[in-house]
Amino acid sequence: MTLLGWPRVFFARHGAGLGAAVLVLAGFWILALILAPQLTMADFSFRANLPPAEQGGPNDVYTLEHYRFLVHGSSEDDGAVNTVDLAVLGRTLLAAFVVTVVDLAICYPIAFLLTQSGAGWTRLLMLLLVVPFWLNEILRAFAFRILFGASGVLNDALLAIGAIAAPVDFIGNNAALYSGLAYAFVLLMVFPLYNALESLDKHQLEAARDMGASKLRIHWRVVIPFAKPGIGAGCAMVFMLSAGALATPQILGGPSSLWFTQIIYQWFNIGNNWPRGSAYAVVLLASTLAIVLAAMRLFKVRLSDLGK
Amino acid sequence: MTSRRFAGTFLVVCAGLFLLYLLAPIVLMGVTAFNTSTFPRVSPFECFTTEWFGALGADGRLLAGLKNSVYIGLGVVLLAVPIGLAGALLLTRLPARARPWYFALVASPILIPGVVLGISTLVFWDRLGRMFGTSGDSLFYNGIFLTIVGQTTFVAAYCLLIFLARLQRFELAQEEAAMDLGATPGQSFRKVLLPFLKPAIASAAVVAFLASFENYNTTVFTSLTRETLVTVLASKVRYGINPSISALAVAIVALTLLCAAAYEMVRRRETSGAAPAAAAPRLGFRFRSPALALLLLVCAAGAGTIYFAGTVGVEECKAAAQAEKRRRARKRVEALGNRLAPAAEAESPSPNSSAEREPGVFAPQTLAPSAPEAERTANDGENGEATNPFSAQLAPSARAPRDGGCTTELW
Repeated sequence: MTLLGWPRVFFARHGAGLGAAVLVLAGFWILALILAPQLTMADFSFRANLPPAEQGGPNDVYTLEHYRFLVHGSSEDDGAVNTVDLAVLGRTLLAAFVVTVVDLAICYPIAFLLTQSGAGWTRLLMLLLVVPFWLNEILRAFAFRILFGASGVLNDALLAIGAIAAPVDFIGNNAALYSGLAYAFVLLMVFPLYNALESLDKHQLEAARDMGASKLRIHWRVVIPFAKPGIGAGCAMVFMLSAGALATPQILGGPSSLWFTQIIYQWFNIGNNWPRGSAYAVVLLASTLAIVLAAMRLFKVRLSDLGK
Repeated sequence: MTSRRFAGTFLVVCAGLFLLYLLAPIVLMGVTAFNTSTFPRVSPFECFTTEWFGALGADGRLLAGLKNSVYIGLGVVLLAVPIGLAGALLLTRLPARARPWYFALVASPILIPGVVLGISTLVFWDRLGRMFGTSGDSLFYNGIFLTIVGQTTFVAAYCLLIFLARLQRFELAQEEAAMDLGATPGQSFRKVLLPFLKPAIASAAVVAFLASFENYNTTVFTSLTRETLVTVLASKVRYGINPSISALAVAIVALTLLCAAAYEMVRRRETSGAAPAAAAPRLGFRFRSPALALLLLVCAAGAGTIYFAGTVGVEECKAAAQAEKRRRARKRVEALGNRLAPAAEAESPSPNSSAEREPGVFAPQTLAPSAPEAERTANDGENGEATNPFSAQLAPSARAPRDGGCTTELW
């Protein structure tokens, strides 16, 4: 089937009405919902911040000022560095990476266990996994405040058994934020891993065991290579979503640490500088995508593997 | 053999710990919903009450948000399910070489941060609105419309994945057979493909509604002046928390469990109808027992709690708790007096010890990390006009009253 002959075959199979409906709906999605908004946002990030009346006027020119601001701050000097925003970006990416690794370490044994247990137990565990997932991000973060607050459950318990003399400030030192983020995206790691591991032929494990491979070696040489697409998909999702999280850092973040999305939010809602917010959003999208693509190349995961 | 059993035990312990991590925060939050303490806390558990659920029903802002959330959820279902289906059908018909590219494109909204999706939707429709020269109250500036469109971008991708999973098991020959027998393409779609996809359509609709309902990152940008349940919730949680939020969580968990139970029953009826009769009983029993038992247990616990609530006099208990609190406070004051007096007399052998021992009571502000905050504010000053007011709302000062409040309440 050549590319040019394709529409004819398509319409012959679906008929004019249905074929057109499919094309219109999918076209609307791709063009009006995915591509055009992203491109508009990118374009907008290069515009000067003007009041509505002046937009489209002579002052509405392309400028790099918003990107310059992220790097150099408000000073005119090109040697100056906007340490605050850049540090927040770096910390956000680093923390998202740590959250991803932690989630992988937690979820790999669980997903493996799920594939090894009976069908009834698997369903029960799945149900228990899904319940917290349908509680939205705000409420999950709220639950962690109750746990980690100055007079929260954890501090009360530690004080009661005498492990600490004074309440620990879990929110200030970001312990609450990191565990809340790891918690929020656990499911996005478990399901791809489970899907990948489920299709693993149990005989392969037995064969490896019969040949005298140790448990660790079986995982390293048989299970992990087999599950690589699932691991890649899970890690990509957890990394992207924790770097892009907004609610959890707003609720659980310590007073001295902002998340990069919070800065974007500020430019939109308080700073009233949409182009600058767009520029920061473009930077967030580009840097997270670049990291994911680089990691995929490093671990030799292909893009088409992720969809499995 | 023993090593394998050991490994098995180890895995079970792992699973147990994992479930504890997963469920304990939610169970504890549930407990706070029934405590009379005005700050959500588990201990001390003062009195059992259901008054926070009543407070929930009386909250007009929350109810208005709920109404908007339902409208948006329905709109997203109506838009995202057909789009996801069309996207999936198109994928199966594309030339093999184009498929990976197409898939990467339509699945990308799942990976794109919700914040970015919200911003791009807002900016795009704002520009369209200006292009057409429409006024501020037109569709392009309607928070509900923008939110539906923005959420559909990624919700349709979820639906697409659900449809693809189902379509993989579809025998294309069935459609061809229908057409060979004289059906038009439209008829073969309606009579062959759609019935086959019915379960997938149902799951896609449920997933789309729930994903829309709980979304925050995109909605907070696109909803403009409208508020949804989740954005109301977020502002409540950020600017001072009380147990009615826990009560809402309990209500949501209960609803989710009920939906899960209903879904489980429907699914079981479908599978037992389809499975061969001989295999059905044993398999069916093993399938249903643990999940169903848990659901029943939860329902029984819920009913028991509500019954229990009716039997205990809340007001009496509150009065008793109040008296107990006063008594404890008096004791503390006395203890403080005793401790300070000898310390002052004995030329203070360890002047700091008493303050260090109970900072939660004596100096709640020691918990607020004042030094980093001062540093941050200084940085903001250089950074620009916008960062400043917000960081003040975001962080410490918004929290200080809460921490202080609960400490005073201890007295």
